[in-house]
Amino acid sequence: MKLADIPLRVEAAADPLDQFRWPNADYTRTPYRVFTDEAIYQREMARVFRGPTWNYLALEAEVPETGSFKTVQIGNVPVVVSRNVEGKVTAFVNRCAHRGATVVRQEFGRADGHACIYHQWNYDSSGELCGVPYRRGLNGCGGYPKDFKPAEHGLEKLRVALYKGLVFGSFSDEAPPLLDYLGVHIVTHIDRIFVKPLKVLGYHRQRISANWKLYFENIKDPYHAGLLHTFMATFGVYRSTQKGHTLVSPGGGHAVVYSITNTDSKESVLEAYKGTDNKYQADFALKAPGLLQWTPDFHDGIGNLIVSVFPNMVIHQILNTFATRQVRPLGPDAMELYWTYFGFEDDAAERTAARLQQLNLVGPAGYISMEDGEAIRLVQQSIRGEKPDATSFIEMGGRGPIVDADHVVTEVCTRGLWQQYAHTMGFAPEVSA
Amino acid sequence: MNARDRVLALQLRYAHAIDDDALELWPTFFVPDGRYRVIPRENHARGLPACLIDCVGVAMMEDRVVSLRTANIYNIHFDRHLMSPPLVEPPADDGTLRARTQFLVMQSDQSGVSKPFATGVYLDWIELAGESALFRERTVILDSYGIPELLATPI
Repeated sequence: MKLADIPLRVEAAADPLDQFRWPNADYTRTPYRVFTDEAIYQREMARVFRGPTWNYLALEAEVPETGSFKTVQIGNVPVVVSRNVEGKVTAFVNRCAHRGATVVRQEFGRADGHACIYHQWNYDSSGELCGVPYRRGLNGCGGYPKDFKPAEHGLEKLRVALYKGLVFGSFSDEAPPLLDYLGVHIVTHIDRIFVKPLKVLGYHRQRISANWKLYFENIKDPYHAGLLHTFMATFGVYRSTQKGHTLVSPGGGHAVVYSITNTDSKESVLEAYKGTDNKYQADFALKAPGLLQWTPDFHDGIGNLIVSVFPNMVIHQILNTFATRQVRPLGPDAMELYWTYFGFEDDAAERTAARLQQLNLVGPAGYISMEDGEAIRLVQQSIRGEKPDATSFIEMGGRGPIVDADHVVTEVCTRGLWQQYAHTMGFAPEVSA
Repeated sequence: MNARDRVLALQLRYAHAIDDDALELWPTFFVPDGRYRVIPRENHARGLPACLIDCVGVAMMEDRVVSLRTANIYNIHFDRHLMSPPLVEPPADDGTLRARTQFLVMQSDQSGVSKPFATGVYLDWIELAGESALFRERTVILDSYGIPELLATPI
């Protein structure tokens, strides 16, 4: 057989995942295999993160000047967020168009352009190719063919959309306009927080041995918050007995969960926490109570707010702390959680100090959030050997339609997440809820 | 004991207390208004103030111990602090001195599997009093700021 006779492409076999369907239409069950299956993970990278979604990239405040850049990760793709010479925020894939090397090697910086170290291909601050060495050869030798056009060899661009200082990116032309994608609940709560220029206070990073969706489930689940995070329950930062709301976006992918402080009584708390392994410890007091001294930034009593946007973003306000969290998958069974803390540019020194003190509550070492890493790690650890059709059970707050609730004793946002996910992945059951 | 030996003794007792799970001893290595901070190296290097843990005063450290013992849930583990000898500056006129010490903390789980958990440098400001020494400030600059799972017990 001659080389030319060998077919270049073997007809692709049908993808077995095309047969995979969610077990029920109101998403009260989640097949554990979505947390462990390598093929599902690969499909997520293509259909979720490179699909018709908007991914959170960075805060505008992190790339303040022309040439400022920051490297991030969307799905498993390395991305650079850069403010170009015209002052516009752009984003491009951090992979040289020539032979694939990482172009921008620093996490943060300022530069007029970026040169790949491998062969010195030069890109400008928008990722356009502006120069290659030996393009016309050296001493009449080598060089690129005459039809070589630098404009065709720039770095892969993302669509970029900004809202109130938040930078989002999309790989897909199919993603709807950003504000339509976010929807009214999310926009309302972004509008509440992002009222003036931000000041970045720093970062936390956490590498959790769990699938990225286990974190997304966790963050949308107010049922666990008062039970797992005992510190919160004890000191009233958050209790399931407090007034709160659980808002789900139309597709189910985004959610807002918040609670209002001091809206319950000691009696109701003791009653509610009866039989919960002593979670509420009424006699437990801090020796240094200043940690929980809260001077509200807004006048609506919201002490604990979690906004989650499918597929990779969380915004939180916990007392005076504000953060975005970017979810970065690292394979089916690992993820990085990247926390960006901020206050406002016009904060007085005391306000900044209070925000910094309250960081003891949050992040990988925080009194009210360290448990999440442990809880979802335990899930990932124990589902490893599960049968292919094994599922979780998600019925707190009831079955049926996925709708807003005027309380926080519900897993409805978790069901919403799975609805959005299944639709995005082509896993939705034939009959929809 | 000379100043250097007192610094070394303080650091060793501190490390052994944590590794032996005698967390209640941890605040006793500080002066009453002492400060303990763990800051990611990337924040420190860029002048960003956010810490992972920032206890101002012994009372806050005692709160952290009580919280770890009674409220928080975290991975069941054992630590081993391995440290370089301290690089000690000569004492200042006020009887304090500064020291710099590299560290590596290995963490082991219940299966007996040990992994590197944290590495970085201690920047200590130490008060010498009589034969003893106490931390006025212990700043942990964490090179390993991509925290494996979570950070509960002090480094």
